[in-house]
Order: sequence, then C-alpha cells, then structure tokens
Amino acid sequence: MTVAATTLKYQIVNRRLGLWLFMVSESMIFLALLASRFYMQGTNRPAEVNQTLGLIITSILLLSSFTANRAEVAIAHGDRSSFLRLLLTTIGLGLVFLAGVVTIEWPEALHFAPPSTGYGTAFFALTGMHAFHVLTGVFILALAFLKGRRGGYTVDDHWGAEASIVYWHFVDVIWVFVYPTLYLVGS
Amino acid sequence: MSWIKGLLFGIVGFVIGSGLMLLVGQRRASEPMVTVGYIFFLVAWLLGVGVWDHWARGWFGLENKPTPTFKSHGVARYFAFSTDHKVIGVQYLVTFVALLLLAGALAMVIRLQLLQPTGILDPQTYNTVMSMHGIIMIAVAVAAVIGSLGNYFVPLLIGAEDMAFPRLNALSYWLVPPVAILLVVGSLLPGGFTSGWRVYPPLAERGGISMLLFLIAFLTFGLSSIIGGLNFIVTIIRMRAPGMTWGRLPIFVWSIFCASLLSLIFTQFVATALLMELLDRVVGMAFFAPDQGGGAILYQHIFWFYSHPAVYVMIIPGFGLLMEIVAHFSRKPLFGYKYAVGALLGIVGLSGIVWAHHMFTSGMQDFLTAPFMLSTELISIPTGLVFLVTLGTIWQGKLRLTTPMLFALGFLFNFTIGGLTGIFNADAPTDLQLHNTYWIVGHFHYTIMGGEIFAFLAGIYYWFPKITGRLYSERLGKLHFGIMFVAFNLLYAPMMIAGLYGMNRHVATYPPELNGINMFISIAGFVLGSSFLVFIYNMATALRRGAVAAANPWQLRTLEWQTSSPPPEHNFSYAVRVNGHPYDYGVDDSTHVAPATGAPMPAAAPAAE
Ligand SMILES: [Cu+2]
Repeated sequence: MTVAATTLKYQIVNRRLGLWLFMVSESMIFLALLASRFYMQGTNRPAEVNQTLGLIITSILLLSSFTANRAEVAIAHGDRSSFLRLLLTTIGLGLVFLAGVVTIEWPEALHFAPPSTGYGTAFFALTGMHAFHVLTGVFILALAFLKGRRGGYTVDDHWGAEASIVYWHFVDVIWVFVYPTLYLVGS
Repeated sequence: MSWIKGLLFGIVGFVIGSGLMLLVGQRRASEPMVTVGYIFFLVAWLLGVGVWDHWARGWFGLENKPTPTFKSHGVARYFAFSTDHKVIGVQYLVTFVALLLLAGALAMVIRLQLLQPTGILDPQTYNTVMSMHGIIMIAVAVAAVIGSLGNYFVPLLIGAEDMAFPRLNALSYWLVPPVAILLVVGSLLPGGFTSGWRVYPPLAERGGISMLLFLIAFLTFGLSSIIGGLNFIVTIIRMRAPGMTWGRLPIFVWSIFCASLLSLIFTQFVATALLMELLDRVVGMAFFAPDQGGGAILYQHIFWFYSHPAVYVMIIPGFGLLMEIVAHFSRKPLFGYKYAVGALLGIVGLSGIVWAHHMFTSGMQDFLTAPFMLSTELISIPTGLVFLVTLGTIWQGKLRLTTPMLFALGFLFNFTIGGLTGIFNADAPTDLQLHNTYWIVGHFHYTIMGGEIFAFLAGIYYWFPKITGRLYSERLGKLHFGIMFVAFNLLYAPMMIAGLYGMNRHVATYPPELNGINMFISIAGFVLGSSFLVFIYNMATALRRGAVAAANPWQLRTLEWQTSSPPPEHNFSYAVRVNGHPYDYGVDDSTHVAPATGAPMPAAAPAAE
C-alpha cells in the first residue's frame, strides 16, 4: 500500500469520527426540544392529530433509510448505476416526506394546534427543526448524486457518499424519537 | 482582502435575503426580514472570506484554489483566509485581546457610573453597557484561551502538522467577526440591550429589534464554539505523534480536550434556548409564555444546563495552563499527573448535573434544591484535586519566578478565594440572601477574571517568545503582574462586601450609604484597567525591537520548544517521536522527545536538571 493510500484512509477515519461527533452534538438540540415538550405539556395530545398521515410519512422515511443503505452498499462494491438509482429514490422519498409534513400536516395543525399554544409550539418546533434537517440531508444527498454521476466516487474513496448517507440515517433516527413524542404519547 | 470581499458578499446576501422576505409580504425592518436577511448575510460572508474559493468549489466539481501559504507577505496573511493553525491561533489571539480590551473599557464606564449613587448614564444606557460588557467577556472567556493558545499550541504539543480539519478551523474563526458586528450594531440601535448577557424572557422577548440582533449574535458564536470543540477532539484523538500516548499528553492538551467535550455537547442547549426565544419572537410561539401553555422558567433550565458547563469551558483550560506552567517553572514532574487528568474528567462528568444552583430563587420546585446543592458541592472534590496537584508540584520545587509563573501563582491565590466564596452560593440558605447582589459579581470575577484571565495572560507571556520569536521585558511583565494582582484584589473583595450590605447588581444606582466603598472599588478598577497599558506597551515594544528569542529560551521539555521560534510551516523539520513523560525534570536519563534519527534537530535537546 502506498503512503498516499494510508493517509487517505487515515483521513477518512478522522472525518468519520468528526461526523459522529457532529451528530452527537446535533442530537442535543432535539433532546432539549423533546424535553421541553414534556416539560410544557406533559403527555397532553390533541385528538385531531392526523394518525394516518403520521404513519404514512414515518413509513416513507424509514423506507428511505433502507434505500440509502442499499445505495451505500452499491457504491462500496463499485456498482455506480445502482448507487445513482437508489440515491435518487432516497432523495425522492425524502421530498415526499417533506411535502407530507409541510403541505399537508402543517396547514391541518394550524387549525387545531396553532404555534401560539403549548402543544402547537412543541409540534411546530420539533417538526420544523426536523424538516430543516431533512432539507439539508436532501441537499447533501443531491450533491453526492451529482458527484457520483460525474464518476467522483471509487470503491476506496466514496467518503462524500458515505457521509451524506450516514447523515440521512441520523435524520431518520431522530424522527423515530419525534414521531412517538408527538403522535403516540398520551391522549 | 478577505474582510472586504466578505463584507461585500455579506451585504449582497443581506439584500437578497431581506428582499425575498419583502416579496413574500413582510414589512420593512420586521423581525422575519432581519432574521432571514442575516442568515443570507452570514452564508455570503463566509463564502466571501474564502469558504467558496478554498472549499465549496470542490462540492460542485470545480477546482479549489490554494490557500495562502505560510511565507506569503508577513502580516497580510493574518487578514486572509488561512488554514494554518498558527495563523488562525494568532487571528484568534489578536481578535480576542482586542475584545477583552473593549469589554474592559466598558467595565471602566460601569465603574465611572457607580462612582456616585446616581451616576451619569440613564438606566437604559447603563443596561446596554453592562450587557455588552457581559456578553463580550463571556465570549472572551469561552473562546480566548481555546481559540488562540489552544489552536496555536495543541498541534505543536502533540507533535502534529496541523489540526485534523484545517478548513473547519478557519470556519470557526471567521464566524466570530459577524458576532462582533451584530453586537456593536445592536448596542447602538434605539432600545439597546436591556436584559444582561443571559437574555432571560420575557424581557428579552419584548425588547426591540436590538434584542433580536443580540440573540442571533449569541447563536452564531455558539456555532463557532461547537465547530471548534469538534475539531479539537478529533485532533487530539487522531493526530498525536508516535509515542505520544494518553499518559504522556501535556496537561494543557488534556484540559483543551475536556473543555472541547463540554462545548460539543452543551453549547447546543444554549443554542436551542436562544432559538426558542427567536421562535417566540419571530413566529409567535409560546415556549416561555405560561399563560399559553409554555413554561415560565423553562428558559432558565435549558440556559443554565449549558451555562454552568460553560464556566468549565472557561476555567478548565485555565487549570491546564496553571498546571502546565507551574510544572515547567518548578522544574519538577507534575505531582500526581493521573489525579490531575482524573480531576479534569471528573469535572466534565459532574458539570451536567448542577445547573439549578443558579435557580434557587427562581421559584422552581422545592424538592430540586437539596440534590442540586449536593451535586454542586461534589464538584469541589475534583477542583480540590487540581489544587493539590499544583501545590504538590510547587512543593520543594526550584521555582523560577518568571512573569508567566507569577500569573499562575496569582491564579492559585485568586481562585482559592473564588472557590471558597462559591460555597455560600451553592448553599441554598445563604444563596437566598446573596443572590443578585454584588457578592455574586465579586465571586465570579474572582473565578473567571482572577482565574481564567490570569491564566490567559500567563499563557500569553509563556508563549510570546514562541509565537513572535521575540523576548519581552521581564521587568515590565512583573510590573504588570504586580499592579494587576494588587488592584484586582482591592477591586473584587470590597465588591463582595458591598454585596453583603445588600447592593444589587444590574442596577444603575445604589443607596447613598454605599458611596464610600463604591468609590474605593472604582478607583481600584481604574488602576486595574491601567495595568493593561503596561501589558500593551510591553508587547508592542517587544514586537518591534525585542531581543530575538532562541528556540527554547527556558530549556523546557515539551514539544513546542523543540522547534524554531516561530515554528516553520509544518511545525517540525524532523519526524517527531515521543519517548517519555513531558514533565520529568530532574529524572535521570529521561527525555520527552526522542533525538531525531536522520533529520537534524533544530534546537538543543531538552535539558534535564
Ligand atoms: Cu453554575
């Protein structure tokens, strides 16, 4: 192995550690918001919360984590066309999720829990903060897609793709905590 | 160059961002317009100062331009986007010493006001001055040591070429100027800052647009310190030279590691608390409106959950500098190195479970008082260990009373008083009386100013020859220390006494019977302020015509002294290999750095006495 290869490998481990630390730090925002939801409102939840929609968008987001994972496996094996197809699917699912939250759920919630109420504050702050992370995730996945289409990734060096996908998983895991807190807890 | 381009880009960004908000129907100078405009300003400013040229082009498949190299035209490189940790360290150092002096000047204004029971300023102006002094000093205390001395010396001390993420390092520095711009602009707007640096609701939520600028400035600063913390952690875990085991890590590096852990995890909480206030203000949410279903003291819980650990972000690097300098200038191994490391990690571990000791008078549930009292007092155990380590190191040492050593010893004295007076604030029964008086002001200035700022000055004097390649006047350095140490104690001890007589903080006036003691405090304050003139004069003359510093003027063992002053672009001209403990002065046949094989050593081998 050449010296350059070992340095690249070493650097990728640095970056991986950096990304994980970033995610640890970032989850603290959600920890504070989740704790605030219970501090302000206990387990109070309005009956009008749209359970069907919640379930659908949650499933879509979890599905996108699966396609993201397949995309990573594909590029790690040098299968560029599958990588691009799966990544595009992931981006599409992410956008559907975003549309579900912003264009359907938010207008509904404005009626039964406007942001000037306790539950509404928690609801809009948590879904909004999460949607912001979904948006940045989609943006980074799109950058990875463009780079992949230019042939920018190899089996040994596909850090950008890996990072965007790991971040995407992070966004999904956060939703796994946000969803029950807003949709399922209490009555 | 970077500054001008960044500002131009930033202004264009602000126009675009705020214009977009006008298009969607927001009023001119409304809060959403200013907020979105600022976000665009910030992104454009960063792109302008160099993120675009040296970083972001790569994301879009373009060729990145090379960053200015070390040799490019002297002073100019400090105004440009550089990824060299030494350049960034100096950028931080100069920026934060300037901010320290600015906030110090504001303190002089406060003392001028308090010379008389009813001073010269109206209450609102006074509050703005006090809030500016507070927030700038908080920023200095959080970032001055870590950003400047940490950036410059952590890579050197662990034998690395640079930080793990040099571009991220530059980013964390370039986030600082917008903070300063926002604060200065905000303080001049009508309304000013009225809420002190803690920006408690509802005052902070109901103040004018200047309060909005304060909130987004604070948020931006938080982002900078999170990024910096992340970078230090990865650097210290991954970039150590061969042989630099965790057990041989200089204690200053350990302290930066611990402080970085705290910034990485806890800063997000203050960011969230500020964001909640922003959402309450800009979008009309109800986080801190109990009548609408929010929580009245929710803000205080989240805010102090960060802001207590933040005092350790401030003081742990101070502890690191204290032990580092005391070990070198006592010419003895650091006494109980493992206990010192354990103490720092212990403080990190306890820091997250003590926050409500700031809230004994807030009206929180009574059952919280006793546990938080207990956990707070537990912290005196690791802190006490740091003191034992320092005293054990000094004991029977061959003390060299250089300027940095004097500042370190001053730290030891001041922080002892700061720590002992803290017990009365940790105990709820006494705190109920002392809360919100000048006792508190005196106490925390004893810890942060008498502790961390003394350590910061010790560090500047300690490493000045390394950074600049020049020697300062020891005589003037000692004069600075003498005036500052005496004036400091004459300033803050009476302040605590004034607090015991019931003088309230955050108030522009006070009862006439406290006039005498306040005049005394103010005069001591002016003397303390003037001691910095000696400091500036000493540094300025040393830079211009100080004697040239050798690579290792004090014959010390750690790595930064085993390279030229200032160090070359990639720090060492030989392959660094560490083979011993950094502080084993006087231990037979012990070295810290193995003699280089092949490449010549640039400096004399470390001397063991
Ligand atoms: Cu505290």
